[in-house]
Amino acid sequence: MADKKLLRVEDLILYFRAGKGVVQAVDNVHFELDYNRAVVILGESGCGKSSLAKAILRLLPRNVHAYSGKIYLEDRDVMTLDEEQYRQNIRWAAMSLVPQAAMNALNPVLRVGEQVAEPAIIHMGVSKQEAMEMAAKMFQHVGVSVDFLNRYPFELSGGMRQRVAIAMALVTSPSLVILDEPTSALDVLTQANIFNVLKRLKKELGLSFILITHDIATSSELADDVAVMYAGQIVETSDAARFFEQPLHPYSQKLMASVPRLSEQRELEFIVGQPPSLVDPPTGCRFAARCPKRYEKCSEEPPVFEKDGRKVKCWLHQ
Amino acid sequence: MSYTNQETTQTQKDQRGILLSVQNLNVWFELRRWGFGHAGYVRAVDGVSFDLHEGETIAVVGESGCGKSSLMKTILGLYQPTKGKIIFNGEDLSAFDGNRMRRYHSEVGYVQQDPFGALPPFMSVHRILEEPLIIGGVKSKSERLARIRKMMEEVKLAPVDDFLEKFPHMLSGGQQQRVVIARAMIMEPKLLVADEPVSMLDASVRVEILKLLRGLQEKHNLAVIYITHDLSTVSYFSERIFVMYAGQLVEKSEVRALIKSPAHPYTQALLTGTSEPDARNALTYKEIPPGEPPSLVKPPTGCRFHPRCTRMIAGECDVNNPVEVSLQPNHQVSCWLHK
Repeated sequence: MADKKLLRVEDLILYFRAGKGVVQAVDNVHFELDYNRAVVILGESGCGKSSLAKAILRLLPRNVHAYSGKIYLEDRDVMTLDEEQYRQNIRWAAMSLVPQAAMNALNPVLRVGEQVAEPAIIHMGVSKQEAMEMAAKMFQHVGVSVDFLNRYPFELSGGMRQRVAIAMALVTSPSLVILDEPTSALDVLTQANIFNVLKRLKKELGLSFILITHDIATSSELADDVAVMYAGQIVETSDAARFFEQPLHPYSQKLMASVPRLSEQRELEFIVGQPPSLVDPPTGCRFAARCPKRYEKCSEEPPVFEKDGRKVKCWLHQ
Repeated sequence: MSYTNQETTQTQKDQRGILLSVQNLNVWFELRRWGFGHAGYVRAVDGVSFDLHEGETIAVVGESGCGKSSLMKTILGLYQPTKGKIIFNGEDLSAFDGNRMRRYHSEVGYVQQDPFGALPPFMSVHRILEEPLIIGGVKSKSERLARIRKMMEEVKLAPVDDFLEKFPHMLSGGQQQRVVIARAMIMEPKLLVADEPVSMLDASVRVEILKLLRGLQEKHNLAVIYITHDLSTVSYFSERIFVMYAGQLVEKSEVRALIKSPAHPYTQALLTGTSEPDARNALTYKEIPPGEPPSLVKPPTGCRFHPRCTRMIAGECDVNNPVEVSLQPNHQVSCWLHK
């Protein structure tokens, strides 16, 4: 089928109960991802992008208020699976996660090789020896010497530990890997190295990625598509080429104007005010209060308008 | 943001007095075995020299572990230099007694990297900002409050009454960083040391804080040492830039000249590694030097970058320490390629 997608997310909702009321962390999110492509989810802290990753992988905390919508993985509706089926067939088997600050979350008293092998033992039922061989293969893929299999996390540098965390997500050969801020705590050169690794993995293993980040400049290293998230909603989806050239939504435009650049010296802009509370989000367009281009229409909630294959949730593009 | 400051010519700059002079500074930390046996030194800062003029902004750029925080803490008087001198306004820091050191701490401000970690959670904004004034000997309570209010307005924590009695956890990341800046500025220092002041913040908030710092710098003619690993923000803030690698300054230059024609292979690598938002990035691999920064306990002989350098000259770079060469009056590099 030509239009078969790897992942389709429709009407995804994830609300949390909190002291002050219900936090609408993920609110009616739609997006699609093709085979062997990478989509970047861009947004500021607190916009719900990490919750989106958790919602896709069904890694839910206890205080969930509502969790609904549809997630199709290779045209299979994974929301209808029960917890055990989901654990056996989807999580880590078909899609895996490199969580935020994963490099600091490795178990300090286990050798890194064993930690990378563990998902293979649990999800694929292979013997420990086979799993260690698979781990060794993954180490080569992410560019860590096989001699490091028997080391402990503290013996590795930050960049190496991050590669180990990526290897752990890859060892069960999933077709989709979700990366949550994979390089935000790393130095420039280490960051560039990790992105080289990810690009190579995408090419060699035919992987797809969902990259969740607030760093617009480095996100362009991997992006085929871009989705911009604001206050729990996706406000724009586009292919990367046109997005980085000319974003459509006023929020995306402002974000792009806040990125400092080496090559040109121009005035940086910032967005006045703060993102709205997700407990009681404003009616109408959620960005309206901070938007320089708002008009009367913005007090109504904008639908998603489609424009040459790009989608934007803004009345200006009606 | 205006760039007038960066366009001042060299002659104008030389007329400004020297505020801080760092001369062949070495900061070594002793390693001990079993608590008392000597096991070598960590040479965090190894032979760093530079002058900072009044009202000048400089940036120190380097990766984590290159010694930039040790350099900064020694300048703040928190570490003792192993060798070398720090001269502030003509006075040698090592000669300061307790009283003079306390006064020195009101003459230099410090903006920490992580605003939430830098603010005491049980103190209100009012108390946080009042403390340096009490220590600094401002006796009158009404004068203290007046200065706090003025400072809060300057860092745009307005309306002041809304923020005065709030605790740090009630503030957003950007507001917390404004409190940290207000605390650093409240004693009206001549020098501000900012250690990665924006690295924990979102893109848009980052710009707000950078603009705020820039505004304060111009208004008060502050000298600023801006420590960062992110080259892309440097050109918006600093006149000169020092690139630090393994405890040493390998290149010193004016910002624009450095970005246009970086001389040291390490600086070139840093510039290559810095991304711009461009979809074409996804199509190519970046050429990044292999390996990682060396151990500071036993740094490589010769040039410390030579094991990772693609243009290494055998018999030279791996044997002899590179000497500092002036390419331009204001552009120095320590690299054998430029001898």
